[in-house]
Amino acid sequence: MACSAAAKILHNPLLISSSRSAEKSDSCCKILGPSSFLGSTSLSKKLVSVNKGVSRASRRSANVVAVSSDVVKEKKLKSNSAAPSLLITKEEGLVLYEDMILGRVFEDMCAQMYYRGKMFGFVHLYNGQEAVSTGFIKLLKKEDCVVSTYRDHVHALSKGVPAREVMSELFGKTTGCCRGQGGSMHMFSKEHNVLGGFAFIGEGIPVATGAAFTSKYKREVLKEDCDEVTLAFFGDGTCNNGQFFECLNMAALWKLPIVFVVENNLWAIGMSHLRATSDPQIWKKGPAFGMPGVHVDGMDVLKVREVANEAIARARRGEGPTLVECETYRFRGHSLADPDELRDPAEKAHYATRDPITALKKYILENNLASEAELKAIEKKIDEVVEDAVEFADESPVPARSQLLENVFADPRGFGIGPDGKYRCEDPKFTEGTAQV
Amino acid sequence: MAAMLQSFGVASASVAASDHSIKLPAFAGHSLAVIRSEARSISSPIRGTRKTGKVATKAVAAQAANPASAASKPGHELLLFEALREGMEEEMDRDPRVCVMGEDVGHYGGSYKVTKGLAEKYGDLRVLDTPIAENSFTGMAIGAAMTGLRPIVEGMNMGFLLLAFNQISDNCGMLHYTSGGQFTIPTVIRGPGGVGRQLGAEHSQRLESYFQSIPGIQMVACSTPYNAKGLMKAAIRSENPVVLFEHVLLYNLKERIPDEEYVLSLEEAEMVRPGEHVTILTYSRMRYHVMQAAKTLVNKGYDPEVIDIRSLKPFDLYTIGNSVKKTHRVLIVEECMRTGGIGASLTAAINENFHDYLDAPIVCLSSQDVPTPYAGTLEEWTVVQPPQIVAAVEQLCQ
Repeated sequence: MACSAAAKILHNPLLISSSRSAEKSDSCCKILGPSSFLGSTSLSKKLVSVNKGVSRASRRSANVVAVSSDVVKEKKLKSNSAAPSLLITKEEGLVLYEDMILGRVFEDMCAQMYYRGKMFGFVHLYNGQEAVSTGFIKLLKKEDCVVSTYRDHVHALSKGVPAREVMSELFGKTTGCCRGQGGSMHMFSKEHNVLGGFAFIGEGIPVATGAAFTSKYKREVLKEDCDEVTLAFFGDGTCNNGQFFECLNMAALWKLPIVFVVENNLWAIGMSHLRATSDPQIWKKGPAFGMPGVHVDGMDVLKVREVANEAIARARRGEGPTLVECETYRFRGHSLADPDELRDPAEKAHYATRDPITALKKYILENNLASEAELKAIEKKIDEVVEDAVEFADESPVPARSQLLENVFADPRGFGIGPDGKYRCEDPKFTEGTAQV
Repeated sequence: MAAMLQSFGVASASVAASDHSIKLPAFAGHSLAVIRSEARSISSPIRGTRKTGKVATKAVAAQAANPASAASKPGHELLLFEALREGMEEEMDRDPRVCVMGEDVGHYGGSYKVTKGLAEKYGDLRVLDTPIAENSFTGMAIGAAMTGLRPIVEGMNMGFLLLAFNQISDNCGMLHYTSGGQFTIPTVIRGPGGVGRQLGAEHSQRLESYFQSIPGIQMVACSTPYNAKGLMKAAIRSENPVVLFEHVLLYNLKERIPDEEYVLSLEEAEMVRPGEHVTILTYSRMRYHVMQAAKTLVNKGYDPEVIDIRSLKPFDLYTIGNSVKKTHRVLIVEECMRTGGIGASLTAAINENFHDYLDAPIVCLSSQDVPTPYAGTLEEWTVVQPPQIVAAVEQLCQ
């Protein structure tokens, strides 16, 4: 909702305040009751007292996980900069910083390239949400799987797909990670276990559930030593979709090693989360299915990392799924085609002050984990990486006609038997891409 | 009706392709070893094509002319649903990654008893009872297939798979392509469909036509215990996503099938009854209506050639073409709706490829474009009946 987040910063300087009580959170839900019709945008500006956050009390009822992250958050909140025990080491800090800078610079470059006519179609940028991707994915092993939506460039980058391959894919070149056949919304990597990249929201969640099922199957049926975990990333809009609920049920039922990560950036194109959802507190939907639901500040990579650590560890131990709601924000429009005129500038300004990269930089410098020079060096390095990626993509060849029919079937006999008795894929025209199949 | 179906058509169902000198390429080292007369293997420069190890499977042609009366071993008699189960069981024994998912497939044994006994044998995870969430468990099967398993998804009724259309079209069909060939989806999606006995409109749907445009999937329809088992095994072994259409009324067909292991080709059609006057193309249940009509036609002096196309997507244009070149007349008999059905596609394909060989326009008999009524009489008139087939042949052969 446009002003609710703004209201939060005005009333509560700390991100999640311990002063908020259980009653208040109840009442804040009631404010969204039938008396205030959320249909018109003008009305939404009046609902300033609506508090999107969650009280610690109600979260505590969810599960052990919530409590442990609360404790950590409380510690962090008390003094953001002078915490007695640091949450990360220097190496970790630099890794996180580099990953977030890579995400930001890459996406900015995508915007440039789009407006220069190098990439086309629907491109959805991740600016502002880097903390979620970095916070979660940097804790994974290579064998762990990540499933995303159309806003998937940064998930792929965090998981380890080279920037060159992602940029080539966006340019539609044959050296892209999907040979130019997928595009912005379909980033896949078998090597790094990025299972997509899906254009329809909600479509990827069952796929993630399936990957988690394989992990359990390997352990229990094939008797392999497997503790692979799957992360499913999706947005607030998806949380009203049937596939989300069906998968929460199945994952909890079979205790699948999966973490459902909700990137709640409050907006589904132009539909405010509060206008679309009867109960906007998504984390609550976890306990309804028998799994812990956690809410975390998605603009703070360290908080996300703490929660992620616990959720992933839970999954690895075989204790089942977790639903993590990350409150985050996208600085740009829904896609590069979105003029982004609907969102309140005050809301955007508020979240701009909570830029995750600035926050991490501040933390690193204030705790003397690294020097300004080292951070600058990282930024410079990333600039070079991204420019090299653009150059590589520019110079890469476009797909040849022969590529057209190649990957339709894994077994190309699926194109059938032609009138001459030969399999169609044996026809020379087939490998040229000119066969009529 | 089941008894009637057992008495004819079934025995002639297993005429081997070798009788009609159809050339079939050999795929040395490929598990789908349907041995064809030219010893040729498919070279696979195409990225993503996988070669599986050598498997000694007997091909259709390698067996005696009529596998039902193979001289080597007596074979064993079973019903079609048992043949499907046998196929699944053999594949599950052979490869531990093969698993089954669906509603009531486990403890209940499958609503048509196709998976009966499998859960006791393989466990609850390998034969997974899912909640009623078609789109999600089909998607789950796809995710599992991408990460190394080989799931078989059962739609309790094919019509329920309409709920899974999102996953079948977008992920099953397209994901191999959009991932640039990185991920394969070796799933089998199967279930009973077709018009049954007064099951009502929603349980009597024919989804062949709905799925046929989806790029990236293969569709096969089984019609006899012999081809049911062979196609099931082939579908499970295939690296492509395959939709296997079964028919509610054919589950109790009895036939004697070989004891030896055999795998059929997913892309080939089956010659049911060779003839000279007219080519009748059909699949699934309509095969039996056609064979019933064929009896009448033979008595009237006609000699129809009956081909069970089996492979609904892609069409086996070789077998079909050879037949058209011989008889010059084509009649398509299908249970699909008239609009946009398999028959419509087949008509277009034959016209395009064999126009010169046709002496008459292709006649296509399909079900009426009507939601299947509950009333028995109305239901009977919705699908094609043998007298209509006889009349159509007589008209065609004038």
